[in-house]
Amino acid sequence: MQNKNNKMKLLVPLVSVFLGLLIGGIIMLVSGYKPIEAYVALFQGMFGGPYYIGETIRQMSPLILSGLAVAFAFRTGLFNIGVEGQLLVGWLAAVYVGVTVDAPAIVHIPLAILAAALAGALWGAVPGILKARFKVHEVITTIMMNYIALYTTNEIIRSFLLAPGERTENVKESASLASPFLQSITEYSTLHYGIIVALIAAVIMWFLLWRTTMGYELRAVGFNQHASQYAGINVSKNIVLSMAISGAFAGIAGSMEGLGTYQYMTINAAFTGVGFDGIAVALLGANSAIGVVLGAALFGGLKIGALNMQSIAGVPTELVGVVIALIIFFVACSYIVHWLMNRVSKGGKI
Amino acid sequence: MEYVIDMRNIRKEFPGIVANDNITLQVKKGEIHALLGENGAGKSTLMNVLFGLYEPEQGEIYVKGNKVVNNDPNIANSLGIGMVHQHFMLVDKFTVTENIILGKEPTKGGKVDLHTAAKEVQALSDQYGLRVDPYAKIEDISVGMQQRVEILKTLYRGADILIFDEPTAVLTPQEIVELIQIMRKLVSEGKSIILITHKLKEIMEVCDRCTVIRRGRGVGTVDVKDSNPDSLAAMMVGREVNFTVIKGISEPKEAVLTIKDLVVLDSRKVPAVNGLNLTVKAGEIVGIAGVDGNGQSELLEAITGLRKANEGSIHLRDKDITNKTPRSVTASGLAHIPQDRHKHGLVLDFSVGENMVLQTYYQRPFSKNGILKFSPIFDKAKNLIAEYDVRTPDAYTLARALSGGNQQKAIIAREVDRDPDFLIAAQPTRGLDVGAIEFIHSKLIEQRDKGKAVLLVSFELDEIINVSDRIAVMYEGKIVAIVDPKETTEQELGLLMAGGKRGTVNAE
Repeated sequence: MQNKNNKMKLLVPLVSVFLGLLIGGIIMLVSGYKPIEAYVALFQGMFGGPYYIGETIRQMSPLILSGLAVAFAFRTGLFNIGVEGQLLVGWLAAVYVGVTVDAPAIVHIPLAILAAALAGALWGAVPGILKARFKVHEVITTIMMNYIALYTTNEIIRSFLLAPGERTENVKESASLASPFLQSITEYSTLHYGIIVALIAAVIMWFLLWRTTMGYELRAVGFNQHASQYAGINVSKNIVLSMAISGAFAGIAGSMEGLGTYQYMTINAAFTGVGFDGIAVALLGANSAIGVVLGAALFGGLKIGALNMQSIAGVPTELVGVVIALIIFFVACSYIVHWLMNRVSKGGKI
Repeated sequence: MEYVIDMRNIRKEFPGIVANDNITLQVKKGEIHALLGENGAGKSTLMNVLFGLYEPEQGEIYVKGNKVVNNDPNIANSLGIGMVHQHFMLVDKFTVTENIILGKEPTKGGKVDLHTAAKEVQALSDQYGLRVDPYAKIEDISVGMQQRVEILKTLYRGADILIFDEPTAVLTPQEIVELIQIMRKLVSEGKSIILITHKLKEIMEVCDRCTVIRRGRGVGTVDVKDSNPDSLAAMMVGREVNFTVIKGISEPKEAVLTIKDLVVLDSRKVPAVNGLNLTVKAGEIVGIAGVDGNGQSELLEAITGLRKANEGSIHLRDKDITNKTPRSVTASGLAHIPQDRHKHGLVLDFSVGENMVLQTYYQRPFSKNGILKFSPIFDKAKNLIAEYDVRTPDAYTLARALSGGNQQKAIIAREVDRDPDFLIAAQPTRGLDVGAIEFIHSKLIEQRDKGKAVLLVSFELDEIINVSDRIAVMYEGKIVAIVDPKETTEQELGLLMAGGKRGTVNAE
């Protein structure tokens, strides 16, 4: 039974990816593009050489963290749609510490990441408190908090941190995750040390949820609040805690952008989308730590590969957006995949 | 003799388990046929095979003489088989009529013709004596009426073979009497009924024949008039069953639980417990008898720390546990078998093993410095599973996958194993079969004999009278009488529970 379930957990995303690519190919064909050429370019753009691999991994780091944020909340029975907002405040906090504090790198980097985690945690805890105290649904409040985060961070940059070009100053070198070494081995991609932070975070999420009494309580509350209360677990505390931890992951995702990819924060006209992509990554990864890492790899890879697909095969990057949407669609309706696989396996028997 | 339903030698396997092994079920036209078996014996699987939800590995099914080969779930409908589910499948916000016609709505000019539908419903309701108000909303009507709506749903779809799945589990005694009349009326109108149950009393009262299955195997079919509850129970469990609870004389010692002048408000801020006094001593079982809704739930919630006590005090031995948190109450030596095992007793999506440490996970040896230690947790779980005969493939199986009786055994194992001074058992045998009931009663008495204090709350008067050493009758939030179970009768208890005074029974 257990084995079969695990197998299904792996098979559903794989079949979904296949179906997504298949239907994406049909759409390309209908639109007058050459799908095989396009897909070859897409995969070369994902993994076809050190530069592309470097770019894919760089793209993965914030996606892993935002995926972990969504997955962590989901495991404890909460829908954190506010990852985007928590990411923005985390980004700002990391950049603020990176710009204003003077310290050696060994202190400065962890301090900036910690600030991002703390900011994200606070931003996440607010909907948690509202839910625990007043039973306000977290989906509503986290969406609202996204807008508050977007405009508040913009206003703070404009008022206190503005540098020429609608952005902040660059963070000091001692706070930067940029790595000349990693860049040099990947033919000067923008790869930075953030991936290490993201992978450590994935291990932490797994450990917290499955190996600690805190995780036991969080999961119990997620599944059944009544039984948790009966067992003496403080339900309100755990709701707030879960949202805070989820927000902390999201905040660190923001520091990936601030300390790694960009080295600064711009005044954002719109959401980055990384927070929302986290929902898809978590779904694709079945809310497990390892699944989120794999889901982020696929997601990041497709986004980077799309650029190559456009320049080599002339297929617009939007089509990769369609493929991604199709994959998510098939994972979400895993029922269709189950049904399809049953048909196939039955056909094989008869 | 032709059977309306003829299932021959059915075998259905699931990975690692044979759910149905060579079961034959033959139902005659116009009879009420009981399908009897313990929790998890394979009754539901057999019905799902009949409904085409599962495809059997072996065996043949004939309905009204025609062989059924298709495994299409809709086939049962077209063959005239209808199911009255234990957990109603109704839309709360819809009216009775809307629920009945759902999926088969009569239309007039593209609009649902509710008027004609309501008339049809009324006609059906009159024909079979199924009293309903076609225009009432489901959320406003009683459980008994909701069940009648479920029956009407099957009749509206033209069913002439009706399957009732544990229909009396949710009903009050009066509603059970009504249901039995309805079933008799249905067969007199030419319908055939399969009654899935483990209540022997009902089978003796209403059924013509009875097919017994045990652990997935067909044991046989008997004429009810040639059998008796003892023989049926023996067939079902596979051994003789004790209906009378065997217990020695109690030797109550010092008071363990002392409740003084307790007042507890319910969710509407009305006093549900209103100046209650009660003492439970070491070495005795006190049974609380009362009609549901007289403050029993609120009393238990106040004792266990789940609800605030507004006035009065609760002491566990010398310790004041009034308005303490559930955890500190539990740590003071209280164990609690809750009334609703799915809501309070278990985290259904946790494994059996994880559920076994629901109150102790934070203590050694199950965790250390906040890190869970899985080998002590699952060693403990495996021991409890063996000791309490919890039937589960292993300790890693989700609690959800267990049958009701085994879920209850798991809870009892967990609670009793903590070796508490004081044990609360709320409706501990609700919905369980005779074998499990016998086991649970013996465990409660075992605790008493070890010198523990036990508080039993039950709506089954048989259980209260058989198991308790003292009976406290609860009415409108107070204990109105303490009676000796050896000197009382169901009639006297019934009267006291309704607010009557002692002695008036004898006077009449």
